[in-house]
This record gives sequence, structure tokens and C-alpha cells, in this order.
Amino acid sequence: MSSVDFTWLIGGPQGSGVESGANIFSRVCAEMGYQVFGKREFYSNIKGEHSYFTVRIADKKIHSNVNDVTLMASFDAETIFRHYEEVIPGGGIIYDADLEDTTTDKVHTLDAPFKERLHKELESKNKPFSIAGVLEIAKEKGVLLYPVSFKSILEALAEETENPRLKGLIRMFNVIGVSLSLGLVNMPPDSLQKTIGTIFSKKKEIAKINQQTANYSYNYATAKFENFNHTLIGTQKEPGTLLVQGFQGTALGKMACGCRIQPYYPITPASDESVFLESNEILEIIDDRPGSTAVIQTEDEICAMGMTIGSALTGTRSATCTSGPGFALMTEMLGWAGINEVPVVITNYQRSGPSTGLPTRHGQDDLLFSVFAGHGDFPKIVYASGDVEESFYDTGNIFNYADVFQVPVIHLMDKFIASSVVTCKRFDQSKISINRGKLLDKVEDGYERFAFTDDGISPRSRLGMDNGIFWDTGDESDEKGHITEDPILRVKMMDKRMSRLDLILKEIPDTEKAVSFGVADYTIISWGSAKGPILDAIEMLKKEGISIGFIQLKLLHPFPGDYVSSLLKDAKTIIDVEANHSAQMGKIFKQNVNREIDYSILKYTGRAMTSTEVYDSLKKIVENKADKREVLMHGA
Amino acid sequence: MALKMADYKTDVHNDWCPGCGDFGIVNAIQMALAEMGLERDKTAIFSGIGCSGKTSHYINTYGVHTPHGRVLTFAQGAKIANPEMTVVAVGGDGDGLGIGAGHFVAAGRRNVNMTYIIFDNGVYGLTKGQASPTLKLGEQTKSLPSPNTNYNVNPIGLAVASGFTFVARGYSYDVRHLKDLIVQAVNHKGLSFLDVLQPCPTYNDLNTRDWYAGTDLMDEAQKRHSRIYKLEEHGYDPVVHYNEESEINEKLTQSLIKSLEWGNKIPTGVFYKNEIITPYTVRLRDKIPNYLENPPAKQNIAKNGFSNTDITQILDSLEV
Repeated sequence: MSSVDFTWLIGGPQGSGVESGANIFSRVCAEMGYQVFGKREFYSNIKGEHSYFTVRIADKKIHSNVNDVTLMASFDAETIFRHYEEVIPGGGIIYDADLEDTTTDKVHTLDAPFKERLHKELESKNKPFSIAGVLEIAKEKGVLLYPVSFKSILEALAEETENPRLKGLIRMFNVIGVSLSLGLVNMPPDSLQKTIGTIFSKKKEIAKINQQTANYSYNYATAKFENFNHTLIGTQKEPGTLLVQGFQGTALGKMACGCRIQPYYPITPASDESVFLESNEILEIIDDRPGSTAVIQTEDEICAMGMTIGSALTGTRSATCTSGPGFALMTEMLGWAGINEVPVVITNYQRSGPSTGLPTRHGQDDLLFSVFAGHGDFPKIVYASGDVEESFYDTGNIFNYADVFQVPVIHLMDKFIASSVVTCKRFDQSKISINRGKLLDKVEDGYERFAFTDDGISPRSRLGMDNGIFWDTGDESDEKGHITEDPILRVKMMDKRMSRLDLILKEIPDTEKAVSFGVADYTIISWGSAKGPILDAIEMLKKEGISIGFIQLKLLHPFPGDYVSSLLKDAKTIIDVEANHSAQMGKIFKQNVNREIDYSILKYTGRAMTSTEVYDSLKKIVENKADKREVLMHGA
Repeated sequence: MALKMADYKTDVHNDWCPGCGDFGIVNAIQMALAEMGLERDKTAIFSGIGCSGKTSHYINTYGVHTPHGRVLTFAQGAKIANPEMTVVAVGGDGDGLGIGAGHFVAAGRRNVNMTYIIFDNGVYGLTKGQASPTLKLGEQTKSLPSPNTNYNVNPIGLAVASGFTFVARGYSYDVRHLKDLIVQAVNHKGLSFLDVLQPCPTYNDLNTRDWYAGTDLMDEAQKRHSRIYKLEEHGYDPVVHYNEESEINEKLTQSLIKSLEWGNKIPTGVFYKNEIITPYTVRLRDKIPNYLENPPAKQNIAKNGFSNTDITQILDSLEV
């Protein structure tokens, strides 16, 4: 049996149901046993701008998107203009036949720089500036075209079901697009009906209309569409597979590991995590009464951070979730948490900066900022997860780090992960261990919150605890927590706090610091969500007999320089891969490991890397044809 | 054994200037805590930055001295996590109405059951006397190079407009009255605000103790006319008694009008009190039924060192 690797793209104006269309498609494929890697791209806009979803389907584990699109379903002109080039020979485009005459100047959301590039391309190929023009190019390349009038489908359906309301229901275009696609690839229709039933299980009427529409469109495709060589008929389903959205890993991790308060301020792409937590605010507790997560929407990120710290002082596991601009506001108080040795977790779903940057686009932009965040010297941990599955378990671990080392922890996630929809192994909550470090349940007389101890960590009382009175201050303090400006005590306190950086490096297991996927002459170092495209690119090269090593760094501050250095001792050429302009991790690497980076593969278009383009750059490197600094550009 | 005022004092050296109005406030807080017999380890004082920020170190309860302008954010976080605690936040007028003004307004909307006391002296003392948000436009205290170019904030008016449900003003040299106000504020069900007029003897040479006492307003019989008067001695009723728009509007309006009085007659006492509006903790309980019995700080999150939270149902819904 030949292996399946199929990418489906659906696009349309924001607010037209692109996302729910993609959810139906992804779910059907996942139900039918396929591995799914979906990714949403959208403008900073509520309605009207172009948004699209690419869903990659395979019968083996996949970790990223590829450049090639096998089948595109579009129900507006813009999607075709922007993506026709991505569809491969032998692939297909399902489109609304009523749009063929649409010219580029009729699509107001096509921005000038894009239009200019498109016109140039069409001009060079002697094609009109219209849908017909771009489709001709596609056809000449060998792409199969499947025109269908979406309106007439609705009309015919309205007649068949004697429901005239359906005629004008353009909201159904997404379901039509999905169903035509699934019909074209011969996906068993039951799975489509079942999935729609599940998704709309609370709205029976809507489920029914959607199911009728799906059924009609599916049959339309099987009856009328021809010559498509790709089929998705289902494969063996792995038991215990989840279809998760990227932000759900940290959210479920927080629930499982006992985070019980999350103040936050709305920001893309981080708020989804808080909203998901609040939607599940009441928690089932084994052998106990229900628990809960208090999710508090604050007036700004400053308050979110202040509340998180205030809450943490009561002994509550406390976190906030934000993105770069919000984290910038939080840094004011980060030092306060540092000097007062308060365990808090800040989940940072990074996006493209600086400033507002590309607010809905991807970037691994905040690493250096996180490592250096806050004025003055204080210990903190910066930790990065590479995908949604990792992020669940990592969340459990970092709350333990926060408690054990009594430091703030910055958990770096990003937009790529946040807006991906992927299949992964069911999370195993029994693996979430809880270690609260020196948090006290009972306090003896003569308690001092900042007492000097052998390991530099003082037993921690909680606000409201009998006998546990302490003082906190942003000033330097004595053992009780009262202000001091004594130079000797200052040095002792500073040394006590900062000694924790060594302790962190000593105590955190190597397997949690960095993950080695093998070391070869050419070895990649990277962090965060670049992991997925790298793993898939390495796999592609392996098939060609080219072996590439990969070390995924997770603990980024304090940086495990010795450990990383030892991992890399057999590597001859080091390649840094990350999604930012200045190769931020590479800079930290050079500070901590006495080695040069030989190549950097960077992307800062705001779009996530595909494995195709990482593969291309790696290949150039191996063939000695690469620039020292490879910059990736794929994606609309 | 009943706690005495002395039990609420720490042995930390107090380094406020001689004659500072802050002493009266910290004494009043300690007297109020003693009168209410609040357990020391169930009480927390949160403070901001500046002279007033040191208050938490002088009081023998939990004390949290927070960054400039952010005291309300910390205090609310702690109170929401552990609603059993008595939480009192304190800070200067620059802290709360300048850098912290956004949090002041948002805290009013939230109405968390706690108390906020502003030490209101019109100047930034620790940075040597710059104009603070309550100093009047055109006034020039002694270290200002030129008269103040900003209009002043009206703390009482802003509190009422923001949704604080208990709004009062005290005077730091009338410690007994201030103590009574603090007791009322702490016992109030909701967010209470106390604006405390507090002369800064070092930098504010306009609103001095003598000025408040009205020594410049001697009549022919050489009798002083204190500028400060008490609302409750003039038949003023601050309480919203029933939940009707007309009643609420009347009490809001009268408090706003009273808040504008300044100059030769300065009102103190309770301006506004409304216990009909639900505190935030009750709003949370409406969403999370056992929130008050099992708040975040009391929840047991582990069993034998592992997670005891059962996320099976959510995982089931995500499973394909």
C-alpha cells in the first residue's frame, strides 16, 4: 500500500466558516485513522480578510506542513489568487464556477504588494488578471480543475429538501467545500455524517441542515468529478488518539498540575488558552469535592501579573498567559517575583514583533527578551516546548520547577503551536507529578521567610497560614522580609538567590534540559515549534541517505552549556534553525558553548516553517551551496 | 487572649519624618485591627511605593510591599485566591491615582471585598516633593520650581464613579475618627476606599496641619475654624438603602457633590455606601458554586505526589 501524504487547503474571508470547515475535515480524517497536522493563518481582522487552513493528512506520524497542496477547496476568489501556485500537478482545485470572470481589481482585500507580484506573474505568462487567468496557469501545470456553482448546489438542495431557506444560506459554503473535497477523495461518507453530528450535537436542527448539505455535495462530487488520483479511504486508527488545538496542551497541563488561578488580559494568540480554561473552570477531583480554576480577566497585563503573584503568595499554583506585547508589560513585576522568590508561571504564546508587529502571525521572537526580562539580577527559568503534546507534560514539570526553586518560570510557546490542530497521543495525566518543594503545611515558631539554608532555598509559608507571618518587599530585605540596605546582608541575599541558577542546572534532569534526536556531522540545534518542520525535513533527507542530527533545546535559561556542549561533541557542522531575524538562540548558544554556529536557517515572514523549505536549506548546506544565513519565505 | 494594639506593631525602626501624618494612619490601622480583634495571621497589609509603602513593615501581620502603583493588583489576587483573609491595601495618592489610576478604576468595577487606604498629601515625598495627582492646578508647594500645571484628581469622585461601594475620607490627625472609619471600611461587604488627608510636613507647605486646623481662619474672637468637618454630624446619610435607581442615583449624586467641597470646608466621614452591589467573590461563587468553601488557596491538588485532577472527560471529548 502506497503511503498517504495529502495536503488540503481551504480558504475564504474571515468569518465565513473556514475554521469550522477545517475542523470538520480534520476530524473526519482523524476519525478515519489518519494523522493530521492542520494550521490556521489569519489576518488581524474580524470579518472579510483572507484566512486559510492547511490540513496535512498522512498515514504515519507527521510534525509539520509542507509546501505542496494536493487539493484546494475555495469558495471565494481571493483564495484562488493567493494559493493557486501551491497546488501540485495532479492535484485539484475545487472552486465556485460563478467566480471565473472575477478580476483582481474586484477583490478589495488583495493588498498592493501581493497584487503587484501576481500581475507580474500573469503578465509574464500572458494571462488575464482574473480567476480564469490563474486557473489556466494551474491547468497548464497539470492541476485538475473542479468548477461547481455553490449557489446552484444550494438551490438544488433547497428544492430536494423542500426547504427554500437553504437557497440563500451562503454560510453553508464551507460545508459544501468540505463535502465536495471528501467526495472527490472517496472518503467513506458515514464518517462525514457522524462528524457533523458530533460537532453540532447540541444543535439538532443545524446538524440536520449541515448533514443534508454534506450528503448532497458529497454525492455531487462522486457523480460529477473525475480523474482525481488521490484517495483517502481511511487507515488503521491508533487507539488513544486526540485531535487537539495547539493551546489545549498548556491549558490541560495547568488543570492537571493544579494551577488554580489564571488572571489574563486578552491578546492574540494567547487568549484562547485562558478562554478554554474558563470554559472548563469546574474541575473533577479524584476522591474529593470539585475543584476550580479562577480565570480572571484583568484591565491589563500589569494587573494580570500582579494578581498572579498575589495569588501565588497564598500558596496557590498561579499562572498567567500572554504574548510578547503583554509580556513586555509584565516584566515590571518579574523582578519583584524574583527578589521575593515567588513561584509563578508565565505562558508566552509568542508572535511576530516588535511592537504590535504581525499580531496574528508566528514568530519565535521573545527568547532574548525573556532571558533578559526585568531589571537587575534575579534567577528565573525560561523553558520552551516543541509541540502541543510536549507542552502538556512540560507544563506539569515547570510548575514543579517554580515551586522547587521558588522562581518565576517563563514558558515559551508560540502562534504556530497555538493555531495548529493536530492528532497526538492521548495525554497521560498519571504522569503529572506534583512537587511543591519547600512549601510548608505547618509553621514552627520563629519562622523567617528568607532564612539562609544550605541549598539557598528557604521554607515557604503562605499568606493566611497560622504562625507563618512574613513580609515581602521589592526592596532588598533581611531574613524576615523587612527592608535592608546593609551592604553585607545585600551580598548574602543576592548570592543566595543567584545560587539558584546553578542549582537549577544541577537538579533538572538532562532529559528535560534538551532532547537529542541523534547527532551527525551536520547537526541542527533549535528550540520550540521549529522542532516539527525539522523532524520531518530530517526524515525526508534520511530517505536520500543523508543523515542530519538534531538537538532540541528546552531549558534556555539558565542555559545548560556543558550538557549541550557534550551532546554536540561529535558534530562537525552546527546549524541553528529558528523563526526570528537575529538567530536569538544562536546568540545564547555562543555565550554558553564555546563553539561557532556554522549556518542559520531563519524565518521571519510571520508564517511557520514548512518541512519542505527546511529540507531545501539543509540540502543546500550539505551540498555546500547554502548561504551562512538561509532565510525562508514560503507561505501566503 | 484578646490582642492589643501593641500586638500589631513590629520592632522595625520607623523612618518617617518627625510630624509626618503617616504616623496617625498607621496608629489608626493598628487600633482598628485591635478593636476588631483580627487574627494577625489571617490579615495582610499590602502597600505600594513611597513613604506610605513602608506601612506594611510596621504592622505585625502578613505584609506585602509591592511595586509602584500595583498594590491593588497584588491585593486582589491574594484575596481572590484566599477569600478568608482580611486584606487592606495602602499607598500614596501618586501611587494609587497617578501610576496606579487604571488599577484604581478597574478595582472599583470588580468590587473585591477588601479595603484600600490612600495616604493623600499632594506630593511625592520620597523623590523630594514633586506634585502628585491631588495637588491643585496652579499651587506651588515648596520644592516645586514652578506652579503645578495639572488639574487635580478628585479621589472621592473617582472612587464613586469607578464603582467602589464604600467611599470615605479621614484625617490623619483625627486618629479616633480615622480608626472608626477603618473599622467600617473593613467590615463593609465589598471594596471600600478611604481617602486620608495626610499633611507632609517636609514638602507640602500649603496643606499643613495648621492649614487643616484653620489657624488662618481666626475670627474676631481669635477662635479657630477648622476646615475639617464630619459629614455624620450634619445629618448626611451615605447609605443606599434599597435597590432602586432613584435611590442609587440620589446617593451617588450627593456624594459627588460633597466630594467637590474644598477650601474652607472639607468634609470627612462616609460619602457613599452601597452593599446591594455584589462583591467579586460572590460573583465568582455564582459561577463556581463551591468557590467560597474551596477557594484556590485551599484546594488539594495532589494525591501521593501525583495529580488528583481528573481531566478524563475533556480528553474523551477530544479523542477521535
